[in-house]
Amino acid sequence: MSDVAAPAAQAVATRPPVSVAQIFWAFLVIGATSFGGGVVAYLRNSLVTKNKWMDDVEFLELMSISNTLPGLNATNMSILAGDRLGGTFGSIAAMLGMCLPGFIVLTAAGFLYGHEGDRPLVAAALKGVAAAAVGLIAATWWQIGKKTVKGFSDAFIILAAVLMINHFKVSVPITLLTVGAVSIFTFRPHAAEQKETMGEWIRSLR
Amino acid sequence: MDQIPAIARVFAYLSLLTIGGGMAAFPEMKNLVVVVHKWLTEEQFIHIYSVGQMAPGPNMMMVAMMGERIAGVLGALVAAAAFFIPTGVLTFGVGRLWNRLKNWPWRDSIQKGLAPVAIGLAVAGTVTFGRASVTGWITAAVMLAVFALTIRTKFNPALLILCGGVVGLIALR
Repeated sequence: MSDVAAPAAQAVATRPPVSVAQIFWAFLVIGATSFGGGVVAYLRNSLVTKNKWMDDVEFLELMSISNTLPGLNATNMSILAGDRLGGTFGSIAAMLGMCLPGFIVLTAAGFLYGHEGDRPLVAAALKGVAAAAVGLIAATWWQIGKKTVKGFSDAFIILAAVLMINHFKVSVPITLLTVGAVSIFTFRPHAAEQKETMGEWIRSLR
Repeated sequence: MDQIPAIARVFAYLSLLTIGGGMAAFPEMKNLVVVVHKWLTEEQFIHIYSVGQMAPGPNMMMVAMMGERIAGVLGALVAAAAFFIPTGVLTFGVGRLWNRLKNWPWRDSIQKGLAPVAIGLAVAGTVTFGRASVTGWITAAVMLAVFALTIRTKFNPALLILCGGVVGLIALR
């Protein structure tokens, strides 16, 4: 176990050892109680505040990795934090704990929906649920947008993505690749700085 | 049963589009599940996606509910595994390499550049979702009420969605 944990655990040498069972349990609790999205807040509460397994600096570092990659924050964070805390097995335990409750609930919901979904009352309730879900998702992104959008170029990139998908019916992957490339290029490292830091970076890999 | 390989393919592909969250993949998911493979009607798709917002844990676990509808419990398992494992392995690998990437000049550019793209994709997904779910003035009122309450108050979001269901039960029969 310890040899598997070694590469990731080096980063914080002072952390008390956390067992795979502890990791599984902590993430299972989050996976079972984090209703209505916002899993990140539950994660921070458990990892930083309650268990003191990491500090806010490390938590935010993991968040920035998680945001840059495909995959949900909930599962990406479980994998990254699980790896830091207990290596490969810690990572798997965290992921399973996070996913298991929702998986069971929604598989059962699928079964029920197949048997009861055609009833007019169920359909009426689900129409209300869908409308409420749109409001919730819109509000979540409104709040994220207010914090992240700075300046004209951000707004332009957002508008471009929305128009391409909703108005011009361009597919998501093509929008992601084109707008993503333009956006990353907009934030490219300055030429002089790039030459220098690129060399530094390559030397640091040796 | 014969749909299992297609479920694996479709959901693994969709998972790669979830930059910044599951909403980014919504338009493509709707297209593949409803139009291309005809696994669900648009109404069923919207229902399942919305129910998923009430469940605990990752808010895209509704792929298991879709999988269950397409091919039973095995379908649920395959859809969830296909959706969560490939991106999980990628994250695991990049997490380990992160320290080496720390001084890579483009790392910052990718991070900064993808942030607005992620928001754009999520907004586009929300618009697609909204166009399919907000069909009259009652649903519009429910949407606006939940939007305002989420921004202004600290009500539990799952509870608000449940209230939307009650309103639907009373007013949308």
